[in-house]
Amino acid sequence: MTHRRSVILDLCVQAEFHTLLLLSLYLLFSGHNQPGGGFAGGLVASCAFGLRFVAGGPPALSRSISIPATTFLGLGMLFATVTGCISLATGHEFLESSIISADLLVIGTVKTSSVLFFDMGVYLVVLGMALLLLEQLGTADGTNPDEVQP
Amino acid sequence: MFILILSFLVAAAVLPALAKKLGREVFYVAALVPAATCVWGVWAYSKISESGPISEQAAWVPQLGLTLGLRFDGFAFLMLSLVAGIGVLVFVYAGSYFHQEPIIGRFAATLLLFSGSMIGLVLADNLLALFLFWELTSITSYLLISIEDEKTAARSGALQALLITGMGGLAMLGGFVLLGEAAGTYSMSALLSKPPSGSVVTAALVLVLIGAFTKSAQVPFHTWLPRAMNAPTPVSSYLHSATMVTAGVYLVARFTPAFAEYSIWRPLVISFGLATMLIGAYRSLRQHDLKLILAYGTISQLGLMMLLFGVGTKESIFAGCTLLLAHGIFKAALFMLVGIIDHQTHTRDIRVLGGLGAQWPVLTVAAGVVAASMAGIPPLFGFIAKEEALAALGETGWRWGVVVLIGVVIGSTLTVAYSARFLWGAFGPQQVRILGEQGSVPQGSAPQPSKMFVAPVMVLAALTVLFGLLPSLIDPVVARAYESLVGSSSEHQLALWHGFTQALALSALAIFAGGALFWWRQRVERFQDSVPHLPSAQSGFDRTVKGLLVSADAVTGFVQHGSLPIYLGIILLTMIVLPGVPLLSDGVMPNIWLADSPLQVVVGFIMIVCAVGAAVARRRFAAVLLVGAVGYGMAALFVIQGAPDLAITQLLIETLGVAVFVLAFRHLPADFARPKLPGSQLIRIAIALLSGLFVFGFTLFAIGARTEPTISGQYLDKAYSEGGGNNVVNVIVVDFRGFDTMGEIVVLAVAALGVAAIVRAKKPPVKDATGLTSAEVDS
Repeated sequence: MTHRRSVILDLCVQAEFHTLLLLSLYLLFSGHNQPGGGFAGGLVASCAFGLRFVAGGPPALSRSISIPATTFLGLGMLFATVTGCISLATGHEFLESSIISADLLVIGTVKTSSVLFFDMGVYLVVLGMALLLLEQLGTADGTNPDEVQP
Repeated sequence: MFILILSFLVAAAVLPALAKKLGREVFYVAALVPAATCVWGVWAYSKISESGPISEQAAWVPQLGLTLGLRFDGFAFLMLSLVAGIGVLVFVYAGSYFHQEPIIGRFAATLLLFSGSMIGLVLADNLLALFLFWELTSITSYLLISIEDEKTAARSGALQALLITGMGGLAMLGGFVLLGEAAGTYSMSALLSKPPSGSVVTAALVLVLIGAFTKSAQVPFHTWLPRAMNAPTPVSSYLHSATMVTAGVYLVARFTPAFAEYSIWRPLVISFGLATMLIGAYRSLRQHDLKLILAYGTISQLGLMMLLFGVGTKESIFAGCTLLLAHGIFKAALFMLVGIIDHQTHTRDIRVLGGLGAQWPVLTVAAGVVAASMAGIPPLFGFIAKEEALAALGETGWRWGVVVLIGVVIGSTLTVAYSARFLWGAFGPQQVRILGEQGSVPQGSAPQPSKMFVAPVMVLAALTVLFGLLPSLIDPVVARAYESLVGSSSEHQLALWHGFTQALALSALAIFAGGALFWWRQRVERFQDSVPHLPSAQSGFDRTVKGLLVSADAVTGFVQHGSLPIYLGIILLTMIVLPGVPLLSDGVMPNIWLADSPLQVVVGFIMIVCAVGAAVARRRFAAVLLVGAVGYGMAALFVIQGAPDLAITQLLIETLGVAVFVLAFRHLPADFARPKLPGSQLIRIAIALLSGLFVFGFTLFAIGARTEPTISGQYLDKAYSEGGGNNVVNVIVVDFRGFDTMGEIVVLAVAALGVAAIVRAKKPPVKDATGLTSAEVDS
């Protein structure tokens, strides 16, 4: 929250923003077998947006993402619940996992668990929560109008 | 039968869309559903005449042993023909009553939903299913009374109806559960054939009766019914005269053969019924609004029905069934008449109305017929019902029977008087010109109502004449209803003429005395005005509601005082005291060792320093950074223990947490506030130290408290084979303990939305398009 934007920070953040997002997705998808998972992935993505916010203030945040934060929250909840309900509908318990393997054309055989979709829900909820907090706490007026100069 | 009830729901779902195309013609489409029900009813009636009641069962919640049982017998047919038959007429009537208002789609759908619920109520055999439909009728009644939701009177009347009948419904549910547990079955037919006994049953019956009394507007719960008259007239003539309000009577009728000999049953039902009959009729004589005259008249008639079923002798049950039918027919017709008058002249005040008799001769004759039926004048159906009632009450042979009989004769006298008052007020010459020339309806100005508008009244008037002249037409229905209630067939026959009996003499007495009351009506009115008003039940209700709100406010003010430090203090103290006490007395001390590696000691020391720093820091920013440092230290400990997953998550959480904290601090002063109260600083320190000690001790003892082998071994074994993943932590989070995670993300989402709402509520209000400020919308 400096009075002026730091060019160095701005550039660094721009450079690493997409890498961080990619890393968050990697954590999400590899989470079932290696350290990571939806929660950690969501947090990394949140940090990426947090950095954007720190570097450029609310305008930078709203420039970097146009989907409202509540949509992420809702989508995440939807993913998680629907995953649970699908296993319920196929005769299993709520959220019971089943292993999915598919032959993809170039990549070869991919094996994963149905809970990956549940994990995606977790990822989206965590990201949505962080974005909502950044948006609401960061753009709340009535504080210091001279904090951020776009 | 399930399909029958479902068809109402399905049709109700389609109606609003249909109403946009058809306009008010949609009511004729809606009338098809109750019409089909009538046809089904007649078919099923012919079946039960041969082979006894039809039952249907469907599992509802099989784990709890809940089944939805429906049962169709003679009494159900009587009620069903009332609900569906009058339903058809009311829908046809509503087609003319309404103009092209936008509400008609909603109205038709809700009215049909009500019909379906009422059909369900009379068919239900399972007590809980009965309760379900009972409450559905309360809710649809609420929606129907308040359908013109811009009227304050309609809204408050609807709310009062819902509060009173809802309260009664809850009491009734309690009674049902007690009865069901005492009898070991929730099936009404099984329960009534082998009624349980004991003091529990006494309590249960009182509760069930409270439900029945509130629904059937018995004194002192009657206040909702006159206020429900703010509903459109089709609703009044359907719900609040012929069907829904008889639900309580229906319940008493079902229960009375099994419980009439029970000590409290007769005194309770008879006294409430008699009081209701007299007070309702007396108040009816004081009203000037045609609808209110009928509303109090309905209360009075409901009291009589309640009383007849409460007496519980064979004759009185027979009379009750007859009156149920007769009342449904004439009262629905009377309400429809009021609706026509209101619709054509825009007033219902008998002081203003006048001269309608000359303008609408045919309608006047019909009105005369149904009003005479209400007064119990031969040769109409109402007369037959009243004769049956008087005869039944004359034959009880009890010591108090005479008192009841005299009470009913007085009630009948008043009924004759208010019937005449209604008829004369609506169709006779104009009486008192208290509102001046402008307020009155000039002679010959009211437009003729359309044929479709009048037709339902005509049908009902014709029925009341037909059943009066040829009671043998309706006798089998009443006899079958009686048989299904009592269990044995009746040797009694409905007839117009029984010879010169005591009942006939009492009937004549009531008619002449009622006529005299009407003749000297001005004296009666003056007398009623001079008598001091009894404490009204309405003000009692108002005071109860107000008292409830005030005390709720006081309790909330006491419990939720809004001071964050006190909330936090109470939460922490509870956490310390509740588990802390058993911990001190029963806790097992584990073997303690200092550290696994020297690195842990170093990290731990840094963490302790940071934690102490955070506790003594003056500036919020410094404190948060130090707390974050403690978190990073924790992550370092995880790394040393070889838990990369936890370490990653911990690191990320701390990073994001500090960022969010800093954002939040922009809304707060830079320094912590110094507590103003002397000594409160010490209390805070004490609570903080205690909670720190508690968490430390709790963690320590938790390690020592293990009595079963840990399940982490199982997790390790099954993570790949069942969860399909090598990362055990992740498999636990999203698979083994998936349900927990589900709960956690729900909490996350809700907390985020809560924070957003709080922050927004603090912003200066911005008027949006709806005229509400954003803070109002959020709250």
